[in-house]
Amino acid sequence: MENLSSLFVKSIFVDNMIFAYFLGMCSFLAVSKNVKTAFGLGVAVTFVQFITLPVNYLLENYVLKPNVLIDGVDLSFLSFIVFIAVIAGIVQLVEMVVEKFSPALYASLGIFLPLIAVNCAIMGGSLFMQQRNFTSISEASVFAMGSGLGFLVAIVGLAAIREKMAYSHVPAPLKGLGITFIVVGLMAMAFMCFSGLKV
Amino acid sequence: MKSLFSAKNKEVIVGPLSLNNPITVQVLGICSALAVTAKLEPAIVMGMSVTIIVAISNVIISLLRNTIPTRIRIIVQLVVVATLVTVVSQFLKAFAYDVSVQLSVYVGLIITNCILMGRLEAFAMSNRPWESFLDGLGNGFGYALILVIVAFFRELLGSGSLLGFHVIPASVYESGYVNNGLMVMPPMALIILAIIIWAHRTKVKQLQDN
Repeated sequence: MENLSSLFVKSIFVDNMIFAYFLGMCSFLAVSKNVKTAFGLGVAVTFVQFITLPVNYLLENYVLKPNVLIDGVDLSFLSFIVFIAVIAGIVQLVEMVVEKFSPALYASLGIFLPLIAVNCAIMGGSLFMQQRNFTSISEASVFAMGSGLGFLVAIVGLAAIREKMAYSHVPAPLKGLGITFIVVGLMAMAFMCFSGLKV
Repeated sequence: MKSLFSAKNKEVIVGPLSLNNPITVQVLGICSALAVTAKLEPAIVMGMSVTIIVAISNVIISLLRNTIPTRIRIIVQLVVVATLVTVVSQFLKAFAYDVSVQLSVYVGLIITNCILMGRLEAFAMSNRPWESFLDGLGNGFGYALILVIVAFFRELLGSGSLLGFHVIPASVYESGYVNNGLMVMPPMALIILAIIIWAHRTKVKQLQDN
């Protein structure tokens, strides 16, 4: 249990998807102009991450690893294709289910869902799961939840700063993308403080 | 033959190097650009891999563009890209194992590199194979260029070396110079990229935001 809670806190703050690995940067920069939409994207990413990562974990451990499906057969070279197909499929499925059962949620998340299929944070989560050899599905799920929430914290934080920054005087060539990168860099430095965290 | 290298095609391949750069202007493919640039060597390998994959997948999608149903095009694109990335990743593991370990998950993440999806959607779906090939090459080079610039400064200032060779002489260290450890940490990649964008937009005024 202790192990799981420390993994959870670590995956939010220390191994933050954005600030430590730069995953999901594209949508992070594109959808952080105001807090409301940023929050929507963050929730959608957390949600999809929490579903896809355990599914990929099961596939990895019961289908793809050497000798688990058929003795003497190593399917691990297929992992990229399987992972991305699962992610794209689940995103499509989630989109249809949400559209059917909760039109209000669909209206607010709808535009982000297709984006998430190609969000590096989701694919990255699955690849990290493969690299770190999680021992149980609960570890994989906790990691999924934590990394999703880490993304949420980061994108809402940046959106809040960018909303305030609209009123400040920035040199013309730095406006827009340039100053955003500097702000993200400073946020990343601040998050480095968490790396000494003992949990 | 002349039409193969017309002025328009030249624009397709040269544009992404500066005016239409995938990283600094289109804001695509930032994730990997920042993560693999602590050293020059993985940055070059990454740049090459992405260039090859963008060019080939652009051609494949361009050949298939009239047969792909619009509703499932993203999945088709992802499968084509994932296949190519698998080939490149196996190739790297076989012939450049050290680099492939350094690149770790970021080789697999070329699949979700926004440059690929961006170029496939914006260009290959509506252009002929040859133009798409040039567009892929151009964008790949534009991407590699930024990676190499960022990695050059990070390795030089962070480790005092280039491509693994020490270039800052020992006498400089004796006089009190120390490597900037922060340079090899993630945040400085963002700051260096911001400085590159700053310099680029100071020179090319039309790119500035209003």
